[in-house]
Amino acid sequence: MFYRENGQFKTSYRADQQIFAIAQDRWAILAIIAFAAIGVPFLVDEYLFRAILIPFLILSLAALGVNILVGYCGQISLGSGAFMAVGAYMAYNTYIRIDGMPLIVALLAGGFFATLVGMFFGIPSLRVKGLYLAVATLAAQFFCDWAFLRVGWFTNNNASGSVSVSNLSVLGWTIDTPVEKYLFCLGFLVVFGLLAKNLVRSAIGREWMAIRDMDVAAAVIGIRPMYAKLSAFAVSSFIVGVAGALWGFVHLGSWEPAAFSIDRSFQLLFMVIIGGMGSIMGSFFGAAFIVVLPIFLNQFLPAVGALFGAEISTATVSHTEYMIFGALIVWFLIVEPHGLAKLWSIGKQKLRLWPFPH
Amino acid sequence: MAFFLETLFGGLMAGMLYSLVALGFVLIFKASGVFNFAQGAMVLVAALCMARFAEWIPAWTGLESKLLSNILAFAVSVVFMFLLAWVIERLVLRHLVNQEGVTLLMATLGITYFIDGFGQTLFGSDIYKIDVGMPKDPVFVLDGIFEGGVLVNQEDVVAALIAAVLVAALSLFFQKTGTGRALRAVADDHQAAQSIGIPLNRIWVIVWCVAGITALVAGIIWGSKLGVQFSLTTVALRALPVIILGGLTSVPGAIIGGLIIGVGEKLSEVYLGPLVGGGIEIWFAYMLALVFLLFRPQGLFGEKIIDRV
Repeated sequence: MFYRENGQFKTSYRADQQIFAIAQDRWAILAIIAFAAIGVPFLVDEYLFRAILIPFLILSLAALGVNILVGYCGQISLGSGAFMAVGAYMAYNTYIRIDGMPLIVALLAGGFFATLVGMFFGIPSLRVKGLYLAVATLAAQFFCDWAFLRVGWFTNNNASGSVSVSNLSVLGWTIDTPVEKYLFCLGFLVVFGLLAKNLVRSAIGREWMAIRDMDVAAAVIGIRPMYAKLSAFAVSSFIVGVAGALWGFVHLGSWEPAAFSIDRSFQLLFMVIIGGMGSIMGSFFGAAFIVVLPIFLNQFLPAVGALFGAEISTATVSHTEYMIFGALIVWFLIVEPHGLAKLWSIGKQKLRLWPFPH
Repeated sequence: MAFFLETLFGGLMAGMLYSLVALGFVLIFKASGVFNFAQGAMVLVAALCMARFAEWIPAWTGLESKLLSNILAFAVSVVFMFLLAWVIERLVLRHLVNQEGVTLLMATLGITYFIDGFGQTLFGSDIYKIDVGMPKDPVFVLDGIFEGGVLVNQEDVVAALIAAVLVAALSLFFQKTGTGRALRAVADDHQAAQSIGIPLNRIWVIVWCVAGITALVAGIIWGSKLGVQFSLTTVALRALPVIILGGLTSVPGAIIGGLIIGVGEKLSEVYLGPLVGGGIEIWFAYMLALVFLLFRPQGLFGEKIIDRV
């Protein structure tokens, strides 16, 4: 009754081609952004910002990038952690090596270098696909892990091997409290989210999806596989790189290569699978799910154990977490390959008729 | 020269162990078209099972003989791997017949996580020892030719022998038995095999079981060298480039690929490593695989990849 596009007539091409064609969607998105920017800072305490909201924002940005590559273009990547690392370390180097470098430009520079690396490791995708490509992207992961650990230049020859940044500020606005960090990340996420949403419905987005659905057939109807695949790698690793830079600069503050290990790559891939492959909305669902689940289990399992008089150690909790993730991945792949986003869109379809199904 | 030979030998032996893990990958890929990421987790859980039961059986039954308890533990582990294979087929593979390779790959990623968590919940997550009485003392060979001779680990030699026997047995199994032929038929085409009456589900259980036993052997050898611990799973990641090099569908390819990677890793670490800061073992194999992917995607012995619309 409330969610229906009846009577919303489009009278111009402009109106016909908006990102959110349905008025209710438009208002809902605006309301969510407004609430996230204005409402949340008043409602939430510092712990929640640090433990859940900031990681959620940054990881959903990264998952968005991975989703473009894996979900839209169908090129599997196990090296997203490495692209995050490239973003973080190169942003760090641009930030400290060039005097007076603005923060945002440094972050974007991180994304730019991640693009270069991503495109380089995407070259094998022109010859191989699927499982073979997974190995090629793993090569990126292991190489970057090593390079940032062993090559002194990247860490500014720091003896401890970890790097840190402090005194972040944009145009005189100092970003130091959790609320400010949250707003800063939110800004990035909104901008990139809208860009990505727009990109995947453009010509290039349709090319990616054609390549994903059947690359040989796509090539036959005149889509250049090289251009389509490499552009997917480029866009994806740019976003992932910026997310990596944010993760280092804003969330961690100081970090070492272990922050971007292969586990991070798997985590991002899981977000995409659980959230929904080929869906921008799905990246947010997946990120929220994977950020919140471990915290929830940490609180919940010991409490359940106490009910039965059993003591549940942190090791058991982390093993349970592994098991639940594994089982969920398999479950989603079998039962709902399009993930949480599909459930969401089924819900929206239902809402169209509700409460008067005919 | 003696030093070079020593490095070469060490590399060959390490390569043999990579081949063992790679074999498990190749077996499953040949028979079901699944790129089994969970092989590493299977190595870990098999080794954990073996180590813990070798500890538990004497404690429960008061068995004195170490040999007997090791054999019993081995039997229990085989049964365990069989059950695991059966459960995986029942709950996962059966529902994913005829899906794309990438979907199956991601499903095995899920299986990896599950087995990692499950194995450690069941068997504990400390470092355990496996002691199957492998000779540990290094010996010197070729005394007459080089001064001081060449240092060789007896353990490595035994491991290499076991690996060789396993490979021979598997090749016989694949080429000469009816089941082996059925396995190859399934690998060629799921649907065609099913239509001529090959029971797909049973074949999958068999092949995952065989891969499980390979994992067990690899786990025992690695475990007695390094101790049974979580880092065993990374061994599987080291074995991935091996199969790219050797070809995904070739058993001899897994062996030769393993040897090349093993030797390449050791030699590059010793001779190239100091130039760039060391530790290049980790990515050397992957870079080699990357080059192969660019110029010869099917690997040394693999079948040529043909795309059909």
